[in-house]
Amino acid sequence: MITPYVEIKNVALKYGQDSSSLALDSLNISVHQGEFVAVVGPSGCGKSSLMKLVTGLQPVTNGSIVVGSQVVKSPLNFVGMAFQNSSLLPWRSVIENVLLPMEIVQPYAKNFKKNYSEYADKASALLKLVGLGGYENKLPWQLSGGMQQRVQLCRAVIHEPSLLMLDEPFGALDMFTREELWAILQDLWIVKKPTIILVTHDLREAVFLADRVLVMSSRPGKIIHELRISEGRPRHLKATYQKSSVDAIAELRECIQEARIVRS
Amino acid sequence: MQRYQSLLRKISPALVFIGFFLLWELFVKIFNIQEFILPAPTKVFESLYEFRGVIFQNSVQTLMTTLVGFLIAIVIGLMGGIVLGSSVIIYESFYPALIAFNSIPKVAFIPILVIWFGIGTIPAICTAFLLAFFPILVNVAAGIATVEPELRDVLRALGASKLQMIKKVGLPRSMPYFFASLKVALTVAFVGSIVSETVASNLGVGYLMLVASSRFQTSLAFACLIVTGALGIMLYLICALFEARMTRWTIRSNDSILFKE
Repeated sequence: MITPYVEIKNVALKYGQDSSSLALDSLNISVHQGEFVAVVGPSGCGKSSLMKLVTGLQPVTNGSIVVGSQVVKSPLNFVGMAFQNSSLLPWRSVIENVLLPMEIVQPYAKNFKKNYSEYADKASALLKLVGLGGYENKLPWQLSGGMQQRVQLCRAVIHEPSLLMLDEPFGALDMFTREELWAILQDLWIVKKPTIILVTHDLREAVFLADRVLVMSSRPGKIIHELRISEGRPRHLKATYQKSSVDAIAELRECIQEARIVRS
Repeated sequence: MQRYQSLLRKISPALVFIGFFLLWELFVKIFNIQEFILPAPTKVFESLYEFRGVIFQNSVQTLMTTLVGFLIAIVIGLMGGIVLGSSVIIYESFYPALIAFNSIPKVAFIPILVIWFGIGTIPAICTAFLLAFFPILVNVAAGIATVEPELRDVLRALGASKLQMIKKVGLPRSMPYFFASLKVALTVAFVGSIVSETVASNLGVGYLMLVASSRFQTSLAFACLIVTGALGIMLYLICALFEARMTRWTIRSNDSILFKE
């Protein structure tokens, strides 16, 4: 048996001193190296808290989280993150935004000036991969929402993080842009094989992208269902309308529906 | 039509000034006001020319004290703002004291400054500084303290240090606030140095005005006011120029009312 890359054990999270407001309770998740896991659930179930816990931005109230062989206590610096809002730095051009991790994360940062052109080439190549070749020197506000999310994706992967945490990165986009970015994300994953945890409320997205879909209950959040998607790679968008995918989506939907009823 | 409008936009500030002086001139002429009460603009410009030597000498002094006080205020205001804005504890502990300090009329410091440094240049610089540093400090602190949590998370998730956080997010983000405060700080720096010169100096525009009024040379006093206004506009434009270069990212359209390329 291989030891999991991300191991979340019996984790509880509580905001503030009030004990009745547990955001997460007895949460157990393990993710293998190179695996693509999606987490879905009703809104307000603590999916975004999960992101903050795994990256170390938020300390756990109880339980433990191990990433690699390291117990998470403070922010990890080998994780790439992308959020629902593009969170690009508005004063930096597109390429400067993508290069941000290279200025901070070691071993890249200490040679940043010396290797600048090499890093810039890498950033340009990534931008080209997501269809933004030639946009290097634009400012974020000059791009559409979908373009900003692509830039964010490039920024999340440029330092080749072994773990990618994606918090509804396509949530604010229209369906066509979203589908386009799913394909791009799948390509990125196939090439670089990072471990990915994707939090989303789009079931088609989860079924299209992930090896495994986890369903969280409403507050306090814990995993109530797990679904393995055995469809081969690379997957095609049309496949999301095939029977196996439709069945998977229906199963997940039912599960979340129940979780919502329990809550009300 | 378009060309006519853009021409109008360019010369309209000058038209406002000319209109103002014309009305003033008319007002004096119609009501036949005596020169030592309110001199007509023509008289004011006449004495501006007549006393150009002494006015130049004194305005150089005022410009110098204002600029030195202003520059010190920028340095202290920026550094203080960074420290204040990046720590909640420091912010909360120092803020009441700063408010208290800022509530004291700075003119009240001048007699004390005179005891310490004598009359002349240094009290003027100090007063300019005391008035100018507060708006800079408060604005820079606000810019740094209000960094969006998402931006902070992005940096923290990369393992950025506190210093990197300030350098890469806090400072660039507070630049628009900083430049907005510079425009306020600059004008109050002028107020500071001129008031100080009026009370305790034998050089500078403030002193010259005091002398002029004691001799009932009202037109000379008005000439000094005009020179001060002109200096203010000049420095303001320099600030705006820097602002346009440093905070280009905040401007999202080509016909912004703030900057024109």
